Amino acid sequence: MPVRWLAEVHVALRSGINDPEGQTIGSALRSLGYASVSDVRSGKLLRIAFEAEDHAAAEAAVDEMCRRLLASPVMETASWELRADEQQDAEEANP
Amino acid sequence: MTTLMTRPPSVAVVVFPGTWSERDFVHVASTVLGWNANLVWHTESDLGGADAVVLPGGFAHGDHLRTGAIARFSPVMRAVEAFADAGGPVIGSCNGFQVLTEEGMLPGALVRNDHLEFRCDWQWLRVERLQSANAWLGDLADGDRIRLPISHGEGRYVADAETLDALERDGRVALRYADGEGRVGADANPNGSERGIAGIVNERGNVLGLMPHPERAAEPEMGGTDGLRLFRSLERWLQRQPAAAERRL
Repeated sequence: MPVRWLAEVHVALRSGINDPEGQTIGSALRSLGYASVSDVRSGKLLRIAFEAEDHAAAEAAVDEMCRRLLASPVMETASWELRADEQQDAEEANP
Repeated sequence: MTTLMTRPPSVAVVVFPGTWSERDFVHVASTVLGWNANLVWHTESDLGGADAVVLPGGFAHGDHLRTGAIARFSPVMRAVEAFADAGGPVIGSCNGFQVLTEEGMLPGALVRNDHLEFRCDWQWLRVERLQSANAWLGDLADGDRIRLPISHGEGRYVADAETLDALERDGRVALRYADGEGRVGADANPNGSERGIAGIVNERGNVLGLMPHPERAAEPEMGGTDGLRLFRSLERWLQRQPAAAERRL
């Protein structure tokens, strides 16, 4: 039976690519008095709920989602954390 | 015997949900130039026998995730890809350029302007000599200056150094941001694009992607007509081609 999974995918610009949004946020933090802030990189967080048979299948699915759509191979990198969606397990145990 | 094309050109103008420049292209093609122009909805898989394809500006699919990232999966893009593979001329302006890079039909990517502002302005561009046969800029010479509107928040062209070197070496940089004297440099660069790149072509030269809007500079009352030089180039290029039926597009 398929298990529900929750993937938190972080998409960020590759390190060589200038991130003006991160730089602007960094200068805003410094102007608020956080003088020690030396670098801010911006990115996206995508929380994806889906079903897969097991952990390996879920991992492979997220990897494919990132390659096909979620991250640009030209300018971005993706990393993720994957876990079984316990909230749903709890709901099914206590309907 | 080869028949050369004598009828007016026919262009397919692709419309995604969120595209906004399609009617300007249709206006220029049909009213200003007397061509046939048809809107093609993104779920279509047939380009209606067009001689050329336009991917206009706008915010296809809301530009969600990344500009052009979702548009690339629209069914019409399979037809556009096949059309380009057969040598058919394709132009992607602004969001259309972003779609072409996401699709992988052109290298690199377009990201947020370095100053984070949306920039809507007239912009000088320097034309560069292309090594390939050129459907869209054939009437323009190396070093020509043209003035076109830009209108984008995500127009900063990026690619790795190897790709940029290859584009320059292979004569595939079509347009660079310049000042009124044709000088390329940081002062004339409206968005921080690598090496001032405003437009590039694919290896064959039939696919052009550019951030500026040629369709917004096609009548004197709009402030300039340099955009017409791209349309006229295409028309003359098409006139030198065998009729569409023989091209088997």
